[in-house]
Amino acid sequence: MHHRPAILLVAAGLVLVGCTSPDEGATADTGQSIVIGAGSEPENLNPILGYAPDGASKVFDGLVARDAQLKLVPALAEELPSASADGLVWTAKLREGTTFSDGTPLSAQDVVFTYESVLDPKSNSTIASRFDAVTDVSAPDDRTVEFRLSHPYAPFDQQLSLGIVPRKAFKGVDVSSAPFNSAPIGTGPYTVAEWRKGDRMTLKANESYWGGAPAVKTVTVVFVADDNARATRMAAGEFDGTVLPPKLAGAYDAKQGYRVVRNPSADYRGLGIPSELPLTSDPKVRVAINLGINRQAMIDTVLAGAGKPAATPISPYLDEWYDQSAVFRHDPAEAARLLDEAGWRAGADGKRSRDGQAARLPILYPAPDVLRKELALATASDIAKLGIDAPVEATTLEVMLQRQRETASIWGGGDPYDPDTASYTLLHSRYAGRSGYVNMTLYRNASVDGALDTGRRSLDPTTRKQAYTDFQKAYVADPGWAFLVFLDHTYVLRDRWNGQAEQVEPHDHGLVHAVWWNLERWTPKS
Amino acid sequence: MTTVAQRRRGRAVGLLVLRRLGFAVPVLLLVSFALFALAKASPFDPVERYFGLRIIGASPERVAQIRENWGVDRPVVEQYLAWLRHAVAGDLGDSLSLRQPVSEVIGDRLPWTVLLVSIGFGLALLLGLLLGTAAAWRQGGWLDRTITAVSYTLEAAPVFWLGLAALYVFALQLHWLPGGGLTDAGAALGVGQVVTHLVLPVSVLAVSQAPWFVLFVRQNLLESFSQDHVIGARSRGLTDRRVVLGHALRTSLLPFLTLLGARLPELITGALLVETVFSWPGIARATVDAALNVDFALMGALTVLATSVVLLGNLLADVLYALADPRVGLDG
Repeated sequence: MHHRPAILLVAAGLVLVGCTSPDEGATADTGQSIVIGAGSEPENLNPILGYAPDGASKVFDGLVARDAQLKLVPALAEELPSASADGLVWTAKLREGTTFSDGTPLSAQDVVFTYESVLDPKSNSTIASRFDAVTDVSAPDDRTVEFRLSHPYAPFDQQLSLGIVPRKAFKGVDVSSAPFNSAPIGTGPYTVAEWRKGDRMTLKANESYWGGAPAVKTVTVVFVADDNARATRMAAGEFDGTVLPPKLAGAYDAKQGYRVVRNPSADYRGLGIPSELPLTSDPKVRVAINLGINRQAMIDTVLAGAGKPAATPISPYLDEWYDQSAVFRHDPAEAARLLDEAGWRAGADGKRSRDGQAARLPILYPAPDVLRKELALATASDIAKLGIDAPVEATTLEVMLQRQRETASIWGGGDPYDPDTASYTLLHSRYAGRSGYVNMTLYRNASVDGALDTGRRSLDPTTRKQAYTDFQKAYVADPGWAFLVFLDHTYVLRDRWNGQAEQVEPHDHGLVHAVWWNLERWTPKS
Repeated sequence: MTTVAQRRRGRAVGLLVLRRLGFAVPVLLLVSFALFALAKASPFDPVERYFGLRIIGASPERVAQIRENWGVDRPVVEQYLAWLRHAVAGDLGDSLSLRQPVSEVIGDRLPWTVLLVSIGFGLALLLGLLLGTAAAWRQGGWLDRTITAVSYTLEAAPVFWLGLAALYVFALQLHWLPGGGLTDAGAALGVGQVVTHLVLPVSVLAVSQAPWFVLFVRQNLLESFSQDHVIGARSRGLTDRRVVLGHALRTSLLPFLTLLGARLPELITGALLVETVFSWPGIARATVDAALNVDFALMGALTVLATSVVLLGNLLADVLYALADPRVGLDG
């Protein structure tokens, strides 16, 4: 036996330390408490700095929240906020009698404070760009909040899911290092009882929650970043639920007392194609690359079936916006024809070139990301089959951005809430060539710009619907990316609670969102 | 030894301590500056790391604003001096990645690391002494051969491999011990809980560190067996036990003291790996995060801390050595 000596010595060590037998972790539980193994730990719990801006935060409430279909529903606001006819003023009326968990009553001043702090350049908030249209936030009275915008912004109400903080807690404190950041006070269904950084967080039910006290009283969130360690501890019975890669979760498919939940998401992975290279500046070549990629094969092999093919940044799960005709089928023959037409002809060795210049498209991915690595390799092999040399290189996000003009990169992102937030900064030519992670492919298309602007500024649902249909059609005729897949997020859950509902998820799925997005409404199975 | 000589000796030790502490200052300055320069040269950008996921689509103006607020584009010397000025005044600054004062980040996590490391180290020493002596005593016998072989095997085994193996056997298969963390999920922080959760990480740390001590003690004992005073003791007809424990072990323990200091860096590295495998909420994860996020303030503080521990460990070893053996010179 290879590791017998190690075991013997470990055993010797145990005797020396004085081994006490561990008490069984699983007590006779009635489902009033739950232990969650989370893959990522929040850096802080302050909405001002960027914690849970899309709601489902457990500790806070926004003016609005989302139901299982992602429809906005009133939360701290009495009814959904409404816009003035010109779309420049949004007004929200607060629910009466809401208090923070420390007993302070919620006032419109708290809402004003929260949004003003996000916009304050000194706060270093990571979500300030979401509110770039806002010029002023004010409270005409204790229960009314008014947002003034510099231009009409149709999806503004989608941004109002940001959690509201009590202004009292920040008197004379620097937001960047406030004690509040790890011991917050909110109006939400849970309060933070303890947060042992790097280990776990314990949440207790807020018995006076305005939406009704949660039935699951204690939530313990254990942070284990490593997938295998999380799988091991789930198998040891330590967790009631955890997030696992599809292949590891598969082990629970037939296991008694467990459920595997596969939630759809708008979390995409895509190949950003630089639009200024001689090869890829021709839309025909970019369409050819899209047609040459076998997305279904990627989903079957790399993702173990847990995903959907992507063509645009708009997820097929967003029925309201998704245009079913805006897709790329897998058609290498048509791709070859398009490449020929564009003048990139195959030589005797099958490699394409034009005027003596070889067809070459390097593909970068961020080194630590195993999924993106596998997708980069699969994409490169499909592109190579078209006769284009596609070397794959591991690097960092920073380098991917620096080389955005000459290389393609595997990027990720996406949110399911509105086509504007999913597409505007990514594809509008206003952002082409700007610094930062906006329009990384320097994509320019006047029809796409026009449709995105109409969709952003119009408040009429029919006009918006038409604008995003136009956008998707214009985009697939001239794609700036090869969007590859929308990932499904997979979870293993002990089958002990009722009340889970499927919700299309954004990229984030640690403590917030994920299968436990509506945990406050779960009830123990008797 | 006369009291005068003792006093002179004491003064010499004091001078040694002062000299070493004086020397520590430039070392700390150099190490912390090198760290800033290295971090600056790394391909990671602190502002982008701070945004994380939300960097996608963040408006260039907002990103530029934070860059400006933090002064990350200023020359590295300027940033370093700003950090140093505050650090000397006792203000370690705020951790950018954890949005918390650095002193709090360290205060929260360091005690758990100290607990793990001190028990692990003590246990490793104890194992080293016991098994090393046993092996030397029975040189060539089956006990010696077993101990030596196991020690060499463990020397070669990576710490994280030992950790995962222990996790698999004792937590997953036998269910004797919990697999990680500080307490069972949902349990309150208590002595019993922490002790049961300490057993595996501490044992793995000790077992990974012990072989070196075992082999060292064995080697030194064997050497001292051939020294005059031991041979003399044997020839006087003293019992085997008296000879080994009373004469040979005592002299061979001296070099052991210096090792305590010299092994500290190894111990810290081992502790980082053990903490990672067992999700121990010590300083390890914060260290890795600080490096990946180019969190200057946190990295600076942690580096100075680790360097100080190593310097102090070496100094302590030298002082102990000097106090234990009057022949040792104090010029170094």
